[in-house]
Amino acid sequence: MNYNWNWGILLQPEPGGTGTYLYYLVVGLGWTLATALAAWVIALAIGSVLGTLRTTPMPWVVRLGDAYVEIFRNVPLIVQMFLWFFVVPELLPKAAGDWVKQMPPPWSQYLPAVLCLGIYTSVRIAEQVKSGINSLPRGQRLAGTALGLTLAQTYRYVILPQAFRIVLPPLTSESMNIVKNSSVALTIGLLELTGRARAMQEFSFKVFEAFAAATVIYLLTNLVVVFAMRALEKKVRVPGLISASPSAGGH
Amino acid sequence: MFAGYDFDVIQRSWVYLFKEGMTFTLTLTFLAMVGGIFFGTLLAMMRLSKFRLLGAVAGGYVNLMRSLPLVLVIFWFFFLVPYIYGAMMGEGKPIPIGAFYSALITFTMFEAAYYCEIMRAGIQSVARGQVWAGYALGLDYWQTMARIVLPQAFRNMLPVLLTQTIILFQDTSLVYVISATDFLGAASKVANRDYRLVEMYTFVAVVYFVISFGLSSLVKNLQQRIAIIR
Repeated sequence: MNYNWNWGILLQPEPGGTGTYLYYLVVGLGWTLATALAAWVIALAIGSVLGTLRTTPMPWVVRLGDAYVEIFRNVPLIVQMFLWFFVVPELLPKAAGDWVKQMPPPWSQYLPAVLCLGIYTSVRIAEQVKSGINSLPRGQRLAGTALGLTLAQTYRYVILPQAFRIVLPPLTSESMNIVKNSSVALTIGLLELTGRARAMQEFSFKVFEAFAAATVIYLLTNLVVVFAMRALEKKVRVPGLISASPSAGGH
Repeated sequence: MFAGYDFDVIQRSWVYLFKEGMTFTLTLTFLAMVGGIFFGTLLAMMRLSKFRLLGAVAGGYVNLMRSLPLVLVIFWFFFLVPYIYGAMMGEGKPIPIGAFYSALITFTMFEAAYYCEIMRAGIQSVARGQVWAGYALGLDYWQTMARIVLPQAFRNMLPVLLTQTIILFQDTSLVYVISATDFLGAASKVANRDYRLVEMYTFVAVVYFVISFGLSSLVKNLQQRIAIIR
């Protein structure tokens, strides 16, 4: 292959004038992480509540929860991204829609991206929280009731503290997925890491240096996430349980 | 909410959307599934083989693919494949191969990593005695795999493989980033031409939902029917 490698390109200034290309990519990583973290908070909040509600003995709540899960699981992420970016502002009341559309550039893409990614991921977390709760022996719930605890108390003091510690390992792979999935936000113009690698390729014509740099940055990020989550897992492990391994498939 | 909603644009364009776009999406999904399962099974056999080096190579590949965003992988292959093809043909310069083949190679290689993990679990779910029985009958490694282990592994993993294929079906919409005319790409072209983004994107969402939901209900049904009672 006659491709002229030029790794020095990473240290040359990018046309926007903010600094070198490497710096440009690292700022992209910053946006990737900022998107992923904010979406993670939303996903964890909605996912935990939803996953818990879907195990309660209230048929209507369960049905509503199931509908939410099916809707957001069966539409591709990029389509959801377009819905949040192009469609939702049009359906809002006019004043609110205009306010969203007139936000200054990175934010008008950042906000829809975070909402979209958060809700998309909340569905997967809800599924895992639900299966975590269902994996507990039935006796736990019965014991709670027998002790005279209300349903809410049983969940608060007996079920949830155990379930969340069981659910943690699969959440590791979800927190990696959310970092990876945030790259879809480039389709609505958010300049996160992949978007910036693509932009760098267009500015400098150095295709493989740009993508190789982004690849290395993603791999390092993954390593950090995995080690952080592993440390957390060790800290909250339920004594006496063989820790469950994350399931295959999905992304 | 539906005031000013222009259903006409959908009526005008749905034939184009399905004939051009959905054909692209479904062909890509099907071929990438077949290729992905083929290479995924090979990768799984490599990962489980007694040759350490093969296992390490396959493991490295799978972990690399699984830790990169699909969008980045699509870009990689979109630019890399013409170079490799050009070098293979001895032209010395990249030969463009078009969005479809680029996407097909990307999804086959990317999904192979995910199918590999499924098939690995499937192969490991087959009882060890089955393999010994195969060797005791005088079969070699490939015969044992092809006639005894893999059929059972496929059967055990069929629902998971199909679920992964539904994910693949949804993921193919990401070829939008290389401007391919898949279902979403076709809809986006109409949307931007007629300035009907709200209508087109909601329509796309509804169609994807109906297909994915329908297929996953079928898979759930199948799962209950083929479950082996142990």
